[in-house]
Amino acid sequence: MIKINNKKLAKFFGYKAIRLLILLIVIAAISFIMIQLSPIDPVKAYLGQRIVSQEQLAIIGNYWGTNLSLGERVLGWLQTLASGSMGFSLIYRIPVTEVILQKFTASLTLMVVSWVISAVVGFGLGVIAGAKEGTWIDKVIKTYCYILQSTPTFWIGLVLLMVFSVYLGWFPIGLSVPIGQLSDTVTFWQWLYRLILPAITLSIVGIASLTMYTRDKLISVKKSDYFLFAQARGESFWGTIKNHGIRNILLPAITIQFLSFNELFGGTILVEQVFAYPGIGQATVAAGLRSDVPLLLGIVIVSTIFVFAGNFIADLIYQYVDPRLRGEDDE
Amino acid sequence: MGNLLEVNNLSISFTQYVQGLNRHDSKVISDLTIDVNESEIVAVLGSSGSGKSLLAHSILGILPYNSHVTGELKYKGKVLDQQLKEELRGKEICLIPQSVNFLDPLMKVSEQAIGECKDENEHNQKQIRQREIFSKYGLDESVDGLYPFELSGGMARKVLLSTALIEDPNLLIADEPTPGLDAKSVEETINDIKNLKDHGKGVLLITHEIDVALKTADRIAIFYSGYVIEINNVENFKNSDNVLHPYTKALIDALPRNGFKLTEGVQPLGEVTGCPYWENCPIRLDKCENNIPELVEHDGVMIRCFNFEGGK
Repeated sequence: MIKINNKKLAKFFGYKAIRLLILLIVIAAISFIMIQLSPIDPVKAYLGQRIVSQEQLAIIGNYWGTNLSLGERVLGWLQTLASGSMGFSLIYRIPVTEVILQKFTASLTLMVVSWVISAVVGFGLGVIAGAKEGTWIDKVIKTYCYILQSTPTFWIGLVLLMVFSVYLGWFPIGLSVPIGQLSDTVTFWQWLYRLILPAITLSIVGIASLTMYTRDKLISVKKSDYFLFAQARGESFWGTIKNHGIRNILLPAITIQFLSFNELFGGTILVEQVFAYPGIGQATVAAGLRSDVPLLLGIVIVSTIFVFAGNFIADLIYQYVDPRLRGEDDE
Repeated sequence: MGNLLEVNNLSISFTQYVQGLNRHDSKVISDLTIDVNESEIVAVLGSSGSGKSLLAHSILGILPYNSHVTGELKYKGKVLDQQLKEELRGKEICLIPQSVNFLDPLMKVSEQAIGECKDENEHNQKQIRQREIFSKYGLDESVDGLYPFELSGGMARKVLLSTALIEDPNLLIADEPTPGLDAKSVEETINDIKNLKDHGKGVLLITHEIDVALKTADRIAIFYSGYVIEINNVENFKNSDNVLHPYTKALIDALPRNGFKLTEGVQPLGEVTGCPYWENCPIRLDKCENNIPELVEHDGVMIRCFNFEGGK
């Protein structure tokens, strides 16, 4: 049973909420200032190829506040943000919140699936390599990890596409729906089938780091006094690995996995680009290339919250699941 | 009284790489011979950090992979090879470890005492036994659900002792059971160990605390620089006249109640060509410098000294 002190927990949540708020304000302000200082001109981006007169340009600029000082503009942006609006996407012509909601849900499945794959496979491989330290299987897993760790995600994606989609023809080469079909009519299996390759690609880099971490942790647990004692008590090899090894490395491994949310977000941008998967990654690239400032800023804020959530969960696990850290004032 | 454990000429060395690829074998235990009978407590007394624990580890087969072992171990007359060690450890031969660090920090102590079980049934049976043993040592039910970090020093000792008794072993190896304990807990530990002896069990007590050895053991083996230099009955340790080896004499004389006579000199750290005590010995002979004496019997006492060889 996990005993949780409600008062302590409430304090923890309150403290984290304040941190998140400060973080969001700072991130929102800094990213806004950076965009303002960049050569992107929101008025030109809005107009696209249309030809307008100087007077009309001035009117639009005036309407959008490009003639205001930087400080005023930042303040205005933060005020709008506080009211819950992120503005209007220039590319999609709908509110930014709607775009993000739609794109993020698509990416979230991709990220969750690959996150789970990398957690299970990475941890499993790490345990095997650590338990069998020094044997051929350890060496194979280690070499595999070194190769993966030193390979860029998008390149792995390209290789997988070439092998499985082009040469073997097992998987489609891209898109989350079959070509010529409306997204509403896609069945679950069609959708899952198209998710496999991008999800595997995204999970691969996570696997390598988690495996190496797990392996290392398990080896140090194997050298501990309590592990030695368990052996001295005649517990079987896999019994000791399961009862003492995994028990002691699971928490740090889960924590590491939650901390990897930022890599996941970065990875998904590349993977979605390679597989033409219409998620938040593609939207980010499009927003950047086509100067969709509101969407870009919106994505920055959402990704901040996403990474914060990962760190927050990691913290929560550390504080409340490990009996040693649950603290004396619990009872 | 049967012979439970026999250790004959056990040597343990470690292969180390010093300065690049130069291999060096460092010997930690040399030519150790000792035996433990049923209903007997034998103490191995030596300074801390001298490698005594490795004796325990070698009996249980948990030495690290870079160690090299020669000599012979026997349990009830059968040669203890790695396979037999793995079969017997935790069942007939149990270790009482040094400290709470030997308990899994994330496992409730009752579960650790119970240990690995094949099925639910075995678990239930052992749980009953665990409860019995815990209550015998005054650990009430609230202790069952605690984690090792929540135990006090004394409680931890009792839990460690309980872990060894769940399977009702014949031979117990107590590795430094007393350091860091207050006088009362030391007294309790000594009584607990003696109690095991009264139940017919053999105990190999590994310690650096001479008082604990004197109060607990039937026989004491003096461990000096990797060698056992003397094995004598505990009653002979009352004063320095009845012990044979000059180091043992010096040790007894150095006790506060025997006049606190301190002797100069330290144990040699490296390997020696002759008797390990040669440098500091008051009764050394010429041959002691370059010849290592054997452990021989002299009037029922095992002694490693040239002065007592050849029936002198």
